[in-house]
Amino acid sequence: MKSKFTTAVVTAIALAGPAMADLVVPNLSYRTGAYAANGIPYADGFNDYFTLLNERDGGIGGEIVQVPECETAYNTEKGVECYESTKGMGALAYNPLSTGITYQLIPKVTADGITLYTPGYGRTSAANGSVFEWVFNYPANYWDGASVAIKYLLDENGGDLAGKKVTLLYHNSAYGKEPIRTLQALSEKHGFELQAVPVDHPGQEQKSQWLQIRRDKPDYVLMWGWGVMNQVAIQEAVNIRYPMDHFIGIWWSGSENDVKPAGDGANGYKALTMHGTGMDYPIYADIQKYVVDAGKAAGAGDMVGTVLYSRGMYAAMVIAEAIRKGQEIHGTSAVNAAQVRDGFENLEITEERMAELGLPQFGPPFAASCTDHGGPGAAMIQQWDAAAGTWNSITGFIAPDDAVLDPLVAEDSAAFAAENNITPRCQ
Amino acid sequence: MPDQLVYAMEVTLNGLMAGVMYSLVALGFVLIFKASGIFNYAQGVLALFAALTLVGLQQGQVPFAHLINAVFGTDLHHFGWHLPAVVAIALTAGVMVLMAIAVEKLVLKHLVNQAPIILFMATIGLAYFLEGFGDVMWGADIKKLDVGLPQGISETIESVTADWFGYGFFIDNLDIVATVVAVALVTALTVFSQYSKQGRALRAVADDHQAALSVGISLRFIWVLVWSIAGFVALVAGIMWGTKSGVQFSLSLIALKALPVLMLGGFTSIPGAIVGGLIIGVGEKLFEFSIGPMIGGATENWFAYMLALLFLVFRPQGLFGERIIERV
Amino acid sequence: MLYREAGDFKTTYREDNQTFPIRFDRIAYYTTVAAAFAVVPFFINDYWANAVFVPFLIYAIAALGLNILTGYAGQVSLGTGGFMAVGAYACYKLMTAFPEMSMVLNVLLAGLVTAGVGVLFGLPSLRIKGFYLAVATLAAQFFLVWLFNKVPWFYNNSASGQITAPERTFLGQFVTGAQTSASAKYLFCLAFVFVLALVARNLTRGTTGRKWMAIRDMDIAAEIIGVNPLTTKLSAFAVSSFYIGVAGALFFSVYLGAAEVGESFGIQKSFLILFMVIIGGLGSIFGSFAGAAFLVLLPVLLKNVLVGTLGWPTDLAAHIELMIVGALIIIFLIVEPHGLAQLWRLTKEKLRLWPFPH
Repeated sequence: MKSKFTTAVVTAIALAGPAMADLVVPNLSYRTGAYAANGIPYADGFNDYFTLLNERDGGIGGEIVQVPECETAYNTEKGVECYESTKGMGALAYNPLSTGITYQLIPKVTADGITLYTPGYGRTSAANGSVFEWVFNYPANYWDGASVAIKYLLDENGGDLAGKKVTLLYHNSAYGKEPIRTLQALSEKHGFELQAVPVDHPGQEQKSQWLQIRRDKPDYVLMWGWGVMNQVAIQEAVNIRYPMDHFIGIWWSGSENDVKPAGDGANGYKALTMHGTGMDYPIYADIQKYVVDAGKAAGAGDMVGTVLYSRGMYAAMVIAEAIRKGQEIHGTSAVNAAQVRDGFENLEITEERMAELGLPQFGPPFAASCTDHGGPGAAMIQQWDAAAGTWNSITGFIAPDDAVLDPLVAEDSAAFAAENNITPRCQ
Repeated sequence: MPDQLVYAMEVTLNGLMAGVMYSLVALGFVLIFKASGIFNYAQGVLALFAALTLVGLQQGQVPFAHLINAVFGTDLHHFGWHLPAVVAIALTAGVMVLMAIAVEKLVLKHLVNQAPIILFMATIGLAYFLEGFGDVMWGADIKKLDVGLPQGISETIESVTADWFGYGFFIDNLDIVATVVAVALVTALTVFSQYSKQGRALRAVADDHQAALSVGISLRFIWVLVWSIAGFVALVAGIMWGTKSGVQFSLSLIALKALPVLMLGGFTSIPGAIVGGLIIGVGEKLFEFSIGPMIGGATENWFAYMLALLFLVFRPQGLFGERIIERV
Repeated sequence: MLYREAGDFKTTYREDNQTFPIRFDRIAYYTTVAAAFAVVPFFINDYWANAVFVPFLIYAIAALGLNILTGYAGQVSLGTGGFMAVGAYACYKLMTAFPEMSMVLNVLLAGLVTAGVGVLFGLPSLRIKGFYLAVATLAAQFFLVWLFNKVPWFYNNSASGQITAPERTFLGQFVTGAQTSASAKYLFCLAFVFVLALVARNLTRGTTGRKWMAIRDMDIAAEIIGVNPLTTKLSAFAVSSFYIGVAGALFFSVYLGAAEVGESFGIQKSFLILFMVIIGGLGSIFGSFAGAAFLVLLPVLLKNVLVGTLGWPTDLAAHIELMIVGALIIIFLIVEPHGLAQLWRLTKEKLRLWPFPH
C-alpha cells in the first residue's frame, strides 16, 4: 500500500523539479485558510516587485529572479513542507509572513545556511545579530512597535502618561503575546496602567472584551490582532462608540481589509506602519506599465497600492537590495545563500537609494551590521479616512525607546543562545 | 445599585443575545440530525457558502472568475449589476435548495442505511468540498456583507437603562434583530412542522424511518426538504455573523460555537437549541466577567464546553434530548 | 494467484493465531519492514523526511491511539489535539528539566503523563455516550490548549509562549534540533511506530482488546457477561492517550522543533486525526496507517501535481485540492463505507480467487 503511494508521489515530485539557475526567492504565501484575506495582498506585492525587476531590469545584476510560490495556509506543518520543497532549488532567503512558521524555521535556516527575513514579525530578539546569524528583522519589530505606540501617546499627552489607562487587546497566540513584556516595562517607566485582554483565535466573538473596555473606559486601546479579529474589534469599537482616534493597532491591524467592513464608523482609527502606503510613489507607474498592463500581475491584480501590498513590496525590495549588495561584495552576479546573507548584514538603505528605486521616503533609512539585525525600529502612525478610503500618515518616523528595549532583546537572545549552545559572534 | 450588579446584568443581557446567535447556527444541526440522524459537520461551511453566494450575487461577481481567468487567460470580474438585498437573498435561498438536491442525489442517496459515523464522515467530505468550492467560485478575499441590517449600540436601551440604573447598557442593534429573526424562524419552523403536510411527514421520518416509508412518505423528498431548510437556516446565520465580521473563511468556524449548545440542548430538540444557546451564552459571558480576569481571560471557549459537560453528567441526553432507553 | 492458502499448513495453535496467516501477506509484511528499516534510510533526504515520512509516521501513531479508543472501544473522542499537546509539553518540560535524560525515556514518560490526563478526562465516558461524549473530550481539547497558553510555567516563561526543542542525541546521533539528519529523524520515529503498532496489534487481539470490543458493541450486554465498564473504558482511554501523547511528543520534538499550542494542537488536529481513523477504517491497525497515509500524502501529492506539474496558481490549486480531497472522501464512503482497510480486505478476497472467481 505504502509503496504504491510512494511511487505515485515520486513521479509527481520528479516532474516538479525546477531548473537550477537564476536567483530563487521562494514566496511562502497563504491565499487560503483563516488568514487568506491578509495573505493575498502581501503575496501579490511580493511577487509583483520581482516581476517588475525581471521585466524592467532583466532581474538583479543581470540574473533573473525566480519566485516559486508555495501555499502555507498560515499552517506551520505546511510551512515546513514548503520550506523543504523549495530549499533544494537554491533558495536565497525566506519570508514566511507567519510568526509560528518563523519560530520553526529559525533553527532550520541556521543549520542550512539560508537567510530568514522577517520584517515586522517573527522572533523579536532576532534583532540581536550576534546570536541570530541568519535571521534579520529590520526595519522594525513588535517591541519597537509597542514602544513607538507608547511614545506617540506620550507626545499626544505632553510627555506624561502617568495615571492613564491603556488596554492591550491581543490575539491569544505567540504573536499577540509578544508586546506584553515591553508594555509592562514601559508602564513601569511611564506610570500608566496596563491591562492586557486576550482574544482567542479566530476572534469572531469579542462581546465580553468590549463590554469590559466599555466599563473600564481606558484612555487608549492598543491592538495586536490578525485576520478576522481585526474586523470584529474595529466593528465592536464602533458599536460601543469608543473614540476611534484613541484606538491604535499594530501594523498587522492596519490594512484596508480591517477597517472597510466597519464602514464610516472606522473613520479616525489609527495604526502603526513601517512604510508608506498609497499610490503616490513613482514606482507604481512602472508597475502599471511592466506588470499590470502586461498581464503579469500576481493574483487578481486588484490589490496594488493597498497597505499589505505595499508591505509585501517593501519586503521584496529589501531582499532585492540585499541580493544586490551581496553581488557587489562578492563580485559575482550568481550569488549563493551565504553571499546573500553577507548582503543582508551589510545592507544600507538610504533616502537616496529609495528615491532611485521610485520609493522616496517609503521606509526608514537604515544600515545593518553584524550585531544589528533589527534596524532603527522606527514606525509612523497612519490614520484611516473612511470617506476617502485612504490611510494618511499623520506623523513622521518615530524612534522607539531603545533604553527599554535593548536589555529585553539582550536578555531574550541570551536565553536562546544558552538553550542552543550558541557562542555570540561579532566580539 | 452597586456597580458590579449592574454590570453583571448588562453582561447577562449580552450573553442572552450572544446565545441567540449561537442558537441560529445550532438550529441547522438539529434540523438535519432530527430528520436523518446525520451529525452535519458541514453546517458551518454551509453558512459560509451561503454568505459568500449572497455577497457574490448581490455585487454581481462572476462565479468561478478566477478559475476561468487562469484557464482561458480572460479578465472577468463583475457583471456590473448590483442586486437589491431581498432579490439576492431569494436567489441565494434558491441556490441552497439546488445544493440540497445535489447533496441528496450525489451523496445521501448512496449512503442510505449506513451507520451514523459513516454519514458524519460524508458530511466531513462535503465540508472539505464546499470549502474549496466556495473559494473557487467567489474568491477567498474578505467581503463586506450589507443587507441593510442595523448595527451599533441601541440608543433607546442605553438611555432607558441610564435612567434606571445610572449606567447605560450596551445592546447591539444587530443582536436585537438576530433575536427577532430567531424567534420568527423558530415559530415558522414549529408551525411548519406541526400544521403542514410536509412538516408532519418530516416528524414522522424523524420518529421512525421504516414506519414513515411504509406509509408512503418519500424519504428522499424529506431529505431534500430538510437540507433545504438547513441551508436556509445557514443563510440566516451567515447573514447575521457575516454582517458582524465580514464574509471570509473564519465564518465556517462558528460551527465550533454551536457544538456545546447542541450537546447541552440535545441533538434532537429545537427548543433545546434555543435554551441551550441562551444558557451557554449567559454562562460563558458571566464566567468571563466574574472569574475570567482572575485567571487570565479568554476562558469563553473552554468554559462553554465545561458547562455543557457539567449538565451532561447529570442528564446524559442533554436538557431536551430524547431519553436514552437501552435494552439488551 | 497471489493470495494462496493452498500449501500453507498450520501445525500448531501458535501458527494458526499469527497476525498474517497467509504466507504472501507475511512476506509482504517482512519485506515492507525490512525496506523501511534498511533501505529507506539510505535514500531519504530532508524533503522526504520532513514533508512525507516523519509526519506520516507520527500521525500513524496518533491514529493508532485514537483507533484504539474510537475504533476498538467505541468512545468517540475529539480531544486528540489537546492530548497531543499534553505529550508535547510534558516532553518539553522533561527535556529542559533533565538535559541528561535519554530522549526515548522522555518520549515514553510524556506518553505516561498523557495517559494520566486521558484517564481523568475519560471519567465522564462512564455516563455520557456517543456524540455526547465528544463534548467531554472537546472540553479537554479547549481547556488544555487554554491552560498551556496561559500558564507560563509550561513554556518556561518564554516571551511569546512558543516552545522550542533543544538538541538531544540518541546513540550518539542528533534526534532533535536543527542538526538532526533526515535518516535519524525517520528511524527514530519508525522505531516507535514499529514497537507501538506491534503492541497495539497484540493488545487488540488479546483479552484487553476483546473487552474493549465488547464494550463498543454493546456496553450493557458486556457488563452482564462480566466485563467491568469502569476499568475497560478507562484502560482504553489510558492506552489511547499514551499513544497520542507519544505522537504529540515526537510531533513537537522531532518533527516541528518548535510549537505553539493553539496553532499546532488546536481543534483542527483533533478533527484531522479522527478523519484519518474513519477514512482508514475503524477498528483496524492497517486502517490507521492507511488513513494517515491518505491524509498526509494526498495533499502533498495533489499540490505537487497541480502547482508543480500543471503550473496553476497556488491559491487555485489549494482550493481545488480541498475539493478533490472532499470528493474522494465521499466517493470512498460510497464505494466502501468501512474505510480503506475494508477496501483492502475486499481486494485481498478478490485476489485470493483471481483469476478464477468461481
